Amino acid sequence: MRESIIMKIHYGTALAAIALVAVHILMRLTQGFAESLEYDSVIANYKFLPYAGMLEIILILLSIHGFNGLRVILLELKQGRTYEKAVSYGCVAAMIALIAYGSRTIIMVNTGMT
Amino acid sequence: MAQTPSLAEESGSTPFSSSQSITLRIARYNPQHDSAKSFMEFQVPYEKWTTVLEAILEVKKHFDHSVAVRYSCRQATCGSCGMIINGKPRLACFTKISELNSNVITVEPMNNFPIIRDLAVKFERLFDTHHKIKPYLIRDDTEITTNTKEFLQTPEELEQYIQFSNCIKCGLCNSACPTMATDSSFVGPQALAQAYRYVADSRDKGKDNRLKIIDDSHGIWRCHFAGSCSQVCPKGVDPAMGIQLLRGYMLGFRS
Amino acid sequence: MTNQDENKEGIGGMINPRRYGIERVAYLLMRLSGLGLLAYFIGHIYETSSILKGQIGWNAFLAITQTNAGHAILAIVIAMCVFHTVNGIRVMLGHGGVGVGKPARPDYPYIPASQNIRHKMGIYSAIILAAIAMMYGLAVMFGE
Repeated sequence: MRESIIMKIHYGTALAAIALVAVHILMRLTQGFAESLEYDSVIANYKFLPYAGMLEIILILLSIHGFNGLRVILLELKQGRTYEKAVSYGCVAAMIALIAYGSRTIIMVNTGMT
Repeated sequence: MAQTPSLAEESGSTPFSSSQSITLRIARYNPQHDSAKSFMEFQVPYEKWTTVLEAILEVKKHFDHSVAVRYSCRQATCGSCGMIINGKPRLACFTKISELNSNVITVEPMNNFPIIRDLAVKFERLFDTHHKIKPYLIRDDTEITTNTKEFLQTPEELEQYIQFSNCIKCGLCNSACPTMATDSSFVGPQALAQAYRYVADSRDKGKDNRLKIIDDSHGIWRCHFAGSCSQVCPKGVDPAMGIQLLRGYMLGFRS
Repeated sequence: MTNQDENKEGIGGMINPRRYGIERVAYLLMRLSGLGLLAYFIGHIYETSSILKGQIGWNAFLAITQTNAGHAILAIVIAMCVFHTVNGIRVMLGHGGVGVGKPARPDYPYIPASQNIRHKMGIYSAIILAAIAMMYGLAVMFGE
């Protein structure tokens, strides 16, 4: 993939994440910070499909943005064909693993498999 | 390896009659037989108008002629005498001792360039990346093949790039760049600013070609707009502006 | 060619914020906050998975985070998040060529137009907003 496309995705995920993370944080503050973190309240959040969907989107957006940012920093630190391939594939693998792990939590709680 | 001779010890010429003097610390390093950089100190008299280059040449003339330094025009035109002066990349011929406000002046070779010896560095990579972005007008026709004698340009079109054509390839921007500090493959602010200079030229038709060249994993996207390149440019080129305007084409902000 | 042969400044030169003004400070803070937020994000995904262990597991995790140290870490995360967001928007606009000035014939003493007051204000705003958000976060967390 061309670097310009990767970086456009980087900027796009950042902008989208700003809006959605703001909603996520506001949900904590509007309900009262401590109350919103109580078990029943969190379960209710996860079981509310639009909110669970939003969490999933945030998970994907931030994973892409975060691991691409890490890839950029690592590519600048050291050079070499093998190292650069390892960094790029390693970051993609870590991104997929994190999305899979986070999705597992969202899906299992949303569908009542706890 | 520190020695502190004074001009009084020298018989013969005393070109500066000033009573003021500074300690000039010159980095000495020969990659062929030195394992690390060391510094030699010299007491050099100066006047209000004395430049760092003149002080270094004074040392060469009276104390140690083996100090390696590259210079030519002495008027910030040739771009040869770039070096780190008191921690910042500057042209030695364009930096007056009096404006540094310090009794100790430390001169070192520019960072991010391989050292030839002492203050002289290799410019091969700078010139390679400069050539890589095709620093010339690209078009199918020429003044010779068309009926017109020249490619006309309005003053407004000229203003779009004239600032960037002031580049003297001194390498100070590459030396100050935080990405260049660790990334040996980065194209660098000098070449990227020159890519903008030609892309913005209304006579040039090589925009797509150049944008493709700089659109790789060590190309324009490794610039993070820290702006250090523009702060050290001795000719007011402002490479950071050129790079962001160039990226504007790639992000669709400009056409 | 080794690092010494190339005479590269290395990581020390890259992260040194003292030489080139507030822009280099912002560059360093952007990197540090980005890495910090990624670390927090990974930890957050891991810690919230404790909900799968039922109420006991969730409450046990909550007890760990609701300590003074947990609140302090969260306050730092809030500051990093706000700084990274505000400065990120500034940098993104700059990357598009917005607010970096217009090309013009330079006059001595050559003040670079791209290092203008708008971008400096953007950086200071990001730092101030991050500090305010952190204090608000501390007030919310310790006020309860």
